[in-house]
Amino acid sequence: MRFSFSDEQEEFRLVLRRFLAGKSPTTEVRRQMATEQGFDREAWRKLNQEMGLTAVHIPETYGGQGFGDVELGIVMEEAGRALVCAPLLASVLAATAILHGANEEQKRRLLPAIATGDKIATFAFTEANGRWDAGGVAMTATPAGGKFRLDGTKSFVLDGCAADLIVVAARKPGTNGDDGLSLFAVPSDAKELERKPLQVLDPTRKLARLTFNGVEAELIGEEGKAAAAFARTLTLATVYLASEMVGGAERLREDALAYAKMRMQFGRPIAAFQSMKHKQADMLVEVELAKSAAYYAAAAAAEGDDDLPALASLAKAAASDAYMQTAIHAIQIHGGIGFTFDNDTHLWFKRAKASEVFLGDAHHHRELMMRHWNV
Amino acid sequence: MSERTEASVRAEVRAWLEANWNAELSLVEWRGKLADAGWGMPTWPKKWHGQDLPQALAPVVEEEFKRIGAVGTAKAGIRLLAAATILDHGTDMHKEKFLRRILTGEDTWCQLFSEPGSGSDLAGAMTRAEMRGNKWVVNGQKVWTTSAHKADWGLLLARTDWDAPKHQGLSYFILDMRQPGVVAQPLRQMNGHASFNQVFITDAEIAPEFQMGKLGEGWKVATTTLMHERRNADGLRSWATGSTRQGRIYDEERAEIATVMEPYKWYPQRAGRVDLIVERAKATGRNTDPVVRQEIARLLTMSKAAEWTARRARAAQEQGRAQGPEGSLGKLVSSHVARQAARVHTMISGADAMLSGEDGPLNGVIAEILISVPATSIAGGTDEIQRNIISERVLGMPKEPSFDTGKPFRDVPKNTVA
Ligand SMILES: Cc1cc2nc3c(=O)[nH]c(=O)nc-3n(C[C@H](O)[C@H](O)[C@H](O)COP(=O)(O)OP(=O)(O)OC[C@H]3O[C@@H](n4cnc5c(N)ncnc54)[C@H](O)[C@@H]3O)c2cc1C
Repeated sequence: MRFSFSDEQEEFRLVLRRFLAGKSPTTEVRRQMATEQGFDREAWRKLNQEMGLTAVHIPETYGGQGFGDVELGIVMEEAGRALVCAPLLASVLAATAILHGANEEQKRRLLPAIATGDKIATFAFTEANGRWDAGGVAMTATPAGGKFRLDGTKSFVLDGCAADLIVVAARKPGTNGDDGLSLFAVPSDAKELERKPLQVLDPTRKLARLTFNGVEAELIGEEGKAAAAFARTLTLATVYLASEMVGGAERLREDALAYAKMRMQFGRPIAAFQSMKHKQADMLVEVELAKSAAYYAAAAAAEGDDDLPALASLAKAAASDAYMQTAIHAIQIHGGIGFTFDNDTHLWFKRAKASEVFLGDAHHHRELMMRHWNV
Repeated sequence: MSERTEASVRAEVRAWLEANWNAELSLVEWRGKLADAGWGMPTWPKKWHGQDLPQALAPVVEEEFKRIGAVGTAKAGIRLLAAATILDHGTDMHKEKFLRRILTGEDTWCQLFSEPGSGSDLAGAMTRAEMRGNKWVVNGQKVWTTSAHKADWGLLLARTDWDAPKHQGLSYFILDMRQPGVVAQPLRQMNGHASFNQVFITDAEIAPEFQMGKLGEGWKVATTTLMHERRNADGLRSWATGSTRQGRIYDEERAEIATVMEPYKWYPQRAGRVDLIVERAKATGRNTDPVVRQEIARLLTMSKAAEWTARRARAAQEQGRAQGPEGSLGKLVSSHVARQAARVHTMISGADAMLSGEDGPLNGVIAEILISVPATSIAGGTDEIQRNIISERVLGMPKEPSFDTGKPFRDVPKNTVA
């Protein structure tokens, strides 16, 4: 398996990093996170088109750039680093679900607008039970004159209030687990769809609760046969999120290091104290290990490795622990100022906390990994 | 007087409460009675609003108060640190002027130690106090000052001599916060509260008799305040939540909690709310997950052992024995407990940990825990500073080389950005 970045990929990362540093300074993050939608639609459309962010892993036939999971991993990592306020993860998840679950005609129809960012899409799969697997899907889909009607509630939906297109997981009444699972497409202006913004701990990423009272929906792919696409989408989502998380963790680590070198106490920089050095060294170890796990998982995804579900979970577990621990250390290294709202550290701390549990916490993923490896 | 026993103290306090407790008194009037009779702070000296009661018998008094729902003296916040410092270092004038009003809750206090340039390194304070005419005149800036915007009085550490090495050039003052030269600006925290402040001090005045301890010995006095702060670190966990009972005094107590005590509203959350864990685990069904169970058990073990360690330390103090190392651990341990509690709350809440306010578990309390706990390992001296104290003072390990103690303070390198 190829497990190193090519020169082109490194170049892409550099360009993107510079670009996002310009577009998403924390003044901008703070401005956007204070708005109801959490991002600026027009700014996002432009940003997305200039750098082709949501288009990266969408094949060219569907209006995308035709790159793979490694490139998307780079995009996510850099977005996490810059804490970009945008419906990027939401749109990527929806596109991934469509790529793996839809028929050819649907892909041609639905994907181009997601690739250009003209349409914001999201994937609504989790419900109030907070489960991250097919078994957690209780929403029902009943056939109605060639279409379907959806009943139930989705929660924790990424950018659920801003999305134009919602890809929904639902099941045939009376089925459970992988059985009877289907994917659907619902436009945001569908009748009987109620969207409620949720109050979130991490203001840089908005979540919504969507209530479906007999909402008319278009079936994506074949009825009752979405289990594999659903599982695949979740696995890839896990890889993308882990990539985003290691980007954020590294940024926290670097900012804390810069602060420690500058801040004086007892007549010298606090970076001179051994306990600060050890903390920094431990952070470096943890973040670099988590980065390796995320890179390996992205490479495995790109190559279609059968082991991917385990590798994705491994990467997410490592990223969850590393991001949170780095965030805790970063605040600690800043001292009192690290606990203020004006200091930027908490912005990443909150993203780390939300990402820790989104798609399942470290403990959940360690268990998935063990099961996949038949331990 | 014959030896006081548990039974005799119980009888004594019960009789006093039965004769005096009245839920229709005003809060201040009732607390005044407590201060005069000595039952509000029974371990304090008889001469100063106490009963000279040994620590071991204090819980008996507390139990009797609880039994009939009697309100106690004002205890939360910085005021007890002020009282402890005044008891140790204050003059009789200080004790007369301040202690009673501390206990009645009429006065609120704050601790003006940390500055933009000196937090861990408190002895590096740059706020200056100069004698002009017959008054001290103070100029400088303090920061992270909890409750300064509500305070009547401040415990101030300021530099009175720039030619002395840093520890020897400090003096300790009681600053009247209600004067034009003192401006407190609340600072917003990552948890959305604004309980601490930056305090700008411009030509503020202090009468000479409001200095505490000797000139140039402010560091020694400050150490007393800090010791009490660190000892009481675990006391924050259980600070006053208003009673739901009916009566004028309870109404006034609730009003006090909502106003003067408002800055401390999130303090229980910052300690991790271990008290909520078991119920949350059961309510969410997460108590059936073996991994979660282990983490809960680990937390409860830590938190119980911490409680018992504090009790051991109190008991030793009580029996007049020298305190062992157990007395220096509470502050550091409270950080461990808080962090593990945040971890376990996250595990229990799962996806719900992403939600706050009305949408979040327990109406936002869990979210507030998750974004308040980081304060525990910083406020009152960071974990790193606690570890330095434990290793150097308790374990006698060699001190870190010092770069700034041997020379005049004016020659010590300082933060250029403040
Ligand atoms: C919620 C809250 C309430 C507070 N209330 C008050 C108050 O009422 N009054 C008041 O005076 N202050 C208050 N403080 C301030 C608090 O005491 C200081 O923030 C704390 O002592 C750390 O100082 P600092 O912020 O300057 O950080 P720094 O001292 O700059 O520390 C930065 C980092 O360097 C580390 N470090 C520093 N020196 C050493 C060393 N020698 N060895 C190893 N590591 C070191 C620290 O541990 C920390 O990780 C409060 C703080 C908080 C968070």
